Amino acid sequence: MVCDQCKERDAVVHLTQIVAAAVAQVHLCERCAAERGIETTVAEPKHPLGDFLQAVQQQASQLPGDLARCAYCGTSLREFRASGRLGCAHCYGAFEQSLRELLRRVHGATRHAGWRYEPQDGDVLERRVQLEALRDRLQRAIDEEAFETAAALRDQIRGLE
Amino acid sequence: MTLDPSLLPDGGLQWLSASGDHAGIVISSRIRLARNLSGYAFPTRAREGERLRVLHQVREAAARIPGLRDAALVRVDECNAQDRLLLHERHLVSRELAGLDATQGPPGAGAVFVTGDAGVMVNEEDHLRLQVFRSGFDIGGALREAERLDREVGSEVAYAWHPEFGFLTSCPTNTGTGMRASVLIHLPGLVLTQEIGKVLQGLQHMGLTYRGLYGEGSEVLGNYFQISNQTTLGRGEDELADQLVRVVRRVIEREEEARRVLLRDAGYIIEDKLWRAYGTLRHARTLPAEEAMTLLSGVRLAAGLNLVSGLSVYTLNKLLIFSQAAHLAQAAGRALTDGEANLARARYVRQVLAAEARLTD
Repeated sequence: MVCDQCKERDAVVHLTQIVAAAVAQVHLCERCAAERGIETTVAEPKHPLGDFLQAVQQQASQLPGDLARCAYCGTSLREFRASGRLGCAHCYGAFEQSLRELLRRVHGATRHAGWRYEPQDGDVLERRVQLEALRDRLQRAIDEEAFETAAALRDQIRGLE
Repeated sequence: MTLDPSLLPDGGLQWLSASGDHAGIVISSRIRLARNLSGYAFPTRAREGERLRVLHQVREAAARIPGLRDAALVRVDECNAQDRLLLHERHLVSRELAGLDATQGPPGAGAVFVTGDAGVMVNEEDHLRLQVFRSGFDIGGALREAERLDREVGSEVAYAWHPEFGFLTSCPTNTGTGMRASVLIHLPGLVLTQEIGKVLQGLQHMGLTYRGLYGEGSEVLGNYFQISNQTTLGRGEDELADQLVRVVRRVIEREEEARRVLLRDAGYIIEDKLWRAYGTLRHARTLPAEEAMTLLSGVRLAAGLNLVSGLSVYTLNKLLIFSQAAHLAQAAGRALTDGEANLARARYVRQVLAAEARLTD
């Protein structure tokens, strides 16, 4: 059965919804279900990080702010808890408090003690990266119909160009 | 896209050459560094277009990176299933990047740069997974090479970096150094003397962990173990690598000790068992993959104990990789059913052993 939303992937989530007193069946693939905020347990990738995930879950049950989201990529703390994967570099800032605790549990430390990296700035490379990032955010804003944000991003892009 | 493995520098298999220290026991040493590019969502969150831009940026940069200038670039997502499996059998791409478990195939814009002894996976769990392989026990050599490659790549692309957390990765278990140092090690002596449980347990106390031949999620087959560091944050790359080297050195000693005990206390039983393994491989007409792996483990041990001579470690390493399904299909020039693969495997192993081994009864 094909997903009702994307019409591409196989539907794995079969949902019975009651909308305006009528019963409707919705069939969704995992990705579209996730986009609608429906949590699935079907094809959760199995990986050997059992202890780590358990630590994340335990921690989350103790902490509020389940719905906290990274403003850059939109990953929520809840999604991170379910997958064990962060969405982007900015998630480290968005979930800093929870992460610091988690890193301490997993690694016994929170401070990097290895090779240092000098982020490159001011040069063409950096600007190109910035531009591409802004274009992604613009596309995302358009998709989400956040037109004010989109307009601001477009101006920023023009400025950089 | 059809992959021609002969176009990969050294087939991406320089690490099979059996040239390093303790090559009979330690097949290979590997350093893997997880890196992400600044300004993009991590691959699992990124859209297809974003992943493609990452790949294009890295490809463009690779032309200016000495360590990657001559690398072959393989678009894994454009390869057929057999070629993806072949790349995985050579340890060049992970199960995830090869899309072996996914019903919808490999992740979009997934690719790998292959040189003789290094590789860079693109758009796996992290944008970049830099890998350096060395034959035998040579973590130090692999680390130096990885550091050089990392510096070269990091000066051509902007890494996602945090002054406190270090290199930022998709999974917090890799945050900090992003480094996994590992050895692929053959421990039949410890398995046969039933010492292995204690040894593996000991690893965990030392901040190390173990997996099967094909890394994360793979089972232990043929007494092959991958031992690696577990933590990546709070200690430097050299310190983490030194710790692994110290512990692995100790594991090698214990394996050698176990082999001496086996020969002393159960000499003829062991000898018989290993010769039977050898005999089966020399004459069997059909060989399932798991059985081949177990028997090859026995023959490797026999060679290590000098029971069989004339059989080089390089040949044993080669048998380990080239007797696997996708390699047999590649050699046959077509897809094989399981039954056909078992026939082809038996034929291949017989030919290689007959050509090389001379007996010392």
